[in-house]
Amino acid sequence: MLKDIGKNMNNYKKNLLKKRYNAERRFQWYGKIAIGLALTFLAVFMFQIFSKGYSAFQKTWIVTEVHYDKELLLIDAESPSKDDLENADYYDVAYKAMTSLDPGLPEEEDRQLIQMVSYKYETEVKDLLLKNPDFLGKIVPIKLTASDDVDQVHKGNYPRDIPEKNRRVNDYQLQIYDMLNERGDILSEFNISFFTSPDSREAELAGIASSFMGTVFSILVCLAFSFPIAVLAAIYLEEFAPKNKFTDFIEVNINNLAAVPSIVFGLLGLGILLAVFNLPRSTPLVGGITLSLMTLPTIIIAARASLKAVPPSIREAALAMGASNMQTTMHHTVPLSMPGTLSGTIIGLAQALGETAPLILIGMVAFVNTIPGTPVDPAASLPVQIYIWSESAERGFVEKVSACIMVLLAFLILMNLAAQIVRHKFEKKWS
Amino acid sequence: MSKIKAENVNVYYGSKQALFDVSIDIAEKEVTALIGPSGCGKSTFLRCLNRMNDVIEICRVEGSIKMDNLELNSRKLDVVRLRENVGMVFQKPNPFPKTIYENVAYGPTIHGIAQSKEEMDQIVETSLKKAALWNEVKDRLDEIGTGLSGGQQQRLCIARAISVSPEVILMDEPCSALDPIATAQIEELIDDLKKEVTIVIVTHSMSQAARVSQKTGFFHLGKLIEFGPTDKIFKNPDNQQTQDYITGRFG
Repeated sequence: MLKDIGKNMNNYKKNLLKKRYNAERRFQWYGKIAIGLALTFLAVFMFQIFSKGYSAFQKTWIVTEVHYDKELLLIDAESPSKDDLENADYYDVAYKAMTSLDPGLPEEEDRQLIQMVSYKYETEVKDLLLKNPDFLGKIVPIKLTASDDVDQVHKGNYPRDIPEKNRRVNDYQLQIYDMLNERGDILSEFNISFFTSPDSREAELAGIASSFMGTVFSILVCLAFSFPIAVLAAIYLEEFAPKNKFTDFIEVNINNLAAVPSIVFGLLGLGILLAVFNLPRSTPLVGGITLSLMTLPTIIIAARASLKAVPPSIREAALAMGASNMQTTMHHTVPLSMPGTLSGTIIGLAQALGETAPLILIGMVAFVNTIPGTPVDPAASLPVQIYIWSESAERGFVEKVSACIMVLLAFLILMNLAAQIVRHKFEKKWS
Repeated sequence: MSKIKAENVNVYYGSKQALFDVSIDIAEKEVTALIGPSGCGKSTFLRCLNRMNDVIEICRVEGSIKMDNLELNSRKLDVVRLRENVGMVFQKPNPFPKTIYENVAYGPTIHGIAQSKEEMDQIVETSLKKAALWNEVKDRLDEIGTGLSGGQQQRLCIARAISVSPEVILMDEPCSALDPIATAQIEELIDDLKKEVTIVIVTHSMSQAARVSQKTGFFHLGKLIEFGPTDKIFKNPDNQQTQDYITGRFG
């Protein structure tokens, strides 16, 4: 039978058929190439960030010995109390701990050794004794945070072959570094302080704790403001409002609002929240409210779409049972639309999470070296932190930028994953 | 005895008139079937009886529909009270995506019919028994109603409708989405129910109308062409159009 069909085809028909198949094959190839290109871009982007950023999760320490000499600490008491240790003078002890690395060095050159550790090394010396009071009078090994230059040298990010005068690490310091490294006194450990410390001018001490908390508070404030308002607006517009020119006008404007550039919302926050209402500047409270202006239309649109998706037969069933409009909406339509609304909300929040411009305008770009405890404390946010660090000149911040991007991406992926789970797990299947 | 008396009912969808001067007397505790080709207005008329047309914004109903001398087509009427007394079963089974128990208990809950958990259990059981579904679902009342088969879902919808003990039940092509066995079960059920309630059923199946109803009304192009005892309509109709329709010459 099939042969017969082939026989009866004239050349024109055969050509036509061939063309059709070729066109389809070509189209499929175009699609494959497009996807291939997109994946390549993504892979390059990811590789770039990971290869630059992974080293930020390692922290370099210099191990040396410290002698907790009672005389140098200026402690007189026979058995000193916690307060005595707290108030002791650690300057000389800490200084000696570093200079002991090269006892032959003339005193006026000591700074070269001190520069190899972070400026907080004195505090680190103090903290170790406070934690272990029985070290008093003993000589014990201590880990000190290496300066960002030594850190970069150890990670191999710092070229050693450029002329000494162009280098922030001089030949003498490299020599000491090599000696220590050979002895095994340079340690590389997981960088906990990157997650627990606030921002700092010193790359080796800078962490994302303040900006992370700022982001968390901003998102919570944003959720608290935008979700109830958006859901109520969506329910009213979809279920109760009469369909007329005025509600059409409102709908168009909501869609327009979703397309307004975020910096405009930043100006609005600056002009109204800060100037008129005098809310505290640089705080997640103001940032969150500004961001909620942005997420509001997104959530309204998502909520309306998922309300629309509830089959009219469910509404009819409830109405025919004698439920009022309000009961029909609250008992049936809204619960059934919640999965869609929630996943829309999470996606809206994920968008807000990556916003930088409006936050810069309301002052969340300030240098904050404390971890905010409430939404009214000054804070930065993760994307703004990326912006701040990318402007810094020190080499140590390059890897921090990438690391911060990784944290932000992880946050985003988690949120989008949550949206997917909410959508698939709780969405009702209509028979 | 007449339960519902409609006089000169005209229905408009915007500027388009869907029903023309329909007057009909629906007798108490009987099954009244409304037949006619698609788009003839029979469903529109049915939806006038529990004011479901209110949902459609452009729909306007004129004329008088009285149930036990109460004017249904009045602004003052409380539609919630009306729908408590006039239940409805739709063409496509539409149980709530909730448990079987919750489906049946919904009406009694919102109308405050049951005072206690025991009373509610009793209502659910009787309603499901009346809908001939109890034996099939009594061990899985906690399962989702939408997980039942099509015929079971439709009987669940009937159980839901009778849970508030309505005086009238409206059925809008209740068997059109069901297989013949499920259809037979529903028809049997209608036969049982008419002892207690007045039933108005819209159907596309002439044989179904002949089997279940005592009175039949034939609609065509928005007009009630003929209304009378089912026997007479099917065996010896007065009107030529009715004759043509039931013998399958059009529609």
